[in-house]
Amino acid sequence: MDPMAWLTLLVCVAILVGALAAVSLDNIVSAVIAAGLTSLFASVSYVILSAPDVAMTEASIGSGLSTAIFLYAINRTRRQEHDPDE
Amino acid sequence: MAKRLLIVLTLILLAFMFWDVAGNYVEKTALEALPGRYVAQGPDELGAPNLVTAVVVTYRGLDTLGEVTVLFLSAIAVGLLLTLGGGTDAAEPPKRASEIVETAVEYLFPIVILLGVYIFANGHLTPGGGFQGGAVIASATLLLFLSLPQSRLRHGLLSATESLSGFGYVVIGVLGIALAGGFLDNRVLPLGEYGRLFSAGAIPVIYTFIGLKVGTELSAVLERFKGNAP
Repeated sequence: MDPMAWLTLLVCVAILVGALAAVSLDNIVSAVIAAGLTSLFASVSYVILSAPDVAMTEASIGSGLSTAIFLYAINRTRRQEHDPDE
Repeated sequence: MAKRLLIVLTLILLAFMFWDVAGNYVEKTALEALPGRYVAQGPDELGAPNLVTAVVVTYRGLDTLGEVTVLFLSAIAVGLLLTLGGGTDAAEPPKRASEIVETAVEYLFPIVILLGVYIFANGHLTPGGGFQGGAVIASATLLLFLSLPQSRLRHGLLSATESLSGFGYVVIGVLGIALAGGFLDNRVLPLGEYGRLFSAGAIPVIYTFIGLKVGTELSAVLERFKGNAP
């Protein structure tokens, strides 16, 4: 196989590992980070498939902004989650 | 037991569906009629070297207007829900970021904003466009929030920019009906010299509007999620 095919394979495996980690990790913050990593590797795969327009969107929205919004949302909901029990 | 059976049955059906796609996959050697027409006549007709942009902004311009509307509605919904839920509470002041982060963001912030503007202003020439540029601008806002959690955006300026951009986008679209081939036709402005910054008719103008709109909307959404917004 040529080097490009190996790179593609590596990126695909990284996407799968990231997605599995996002589903299986118990710590919710780690799971969100894993989902962000999955998006980042997906955007690399778009570059390999010569779709730079989509890759830009995926990198900035998928792995940047949505991860941040998830983290902010977790930060805000956890505080309310603990209140009723006490 | 019945549940397990259903799951297995669904998996078998899915496998059956995808078997046809994966098993009989033949790589296409030629474009189909409609994409072929876009590729053959797009550059002459619309004057945009980046064909993706020509398709997104002009040939499929109505879809893009729909996307912008969806984003607008979700930004409104986020603002409404987080304001109703008492989003203005600032219980404990957030921790300051480290000095390294603060200094780095101080230098990076204007550069990232500039990159965002470059991406949407050159959308008709290089990969990228209004959505990508807007998202990059919102990432700059995110950097700002990470380094200075107390910082606030000027909402009056943001809403004014956003509303005027949306209005300008639709106005150009309507002008297309009057002056050119139809709604959102980019030939309301002269096509200019192929490959220059000021070329491809209204595409750079439309993408500038979209970039500003998406950037301000996403920044406002981020601030709502961050909390202690005014």
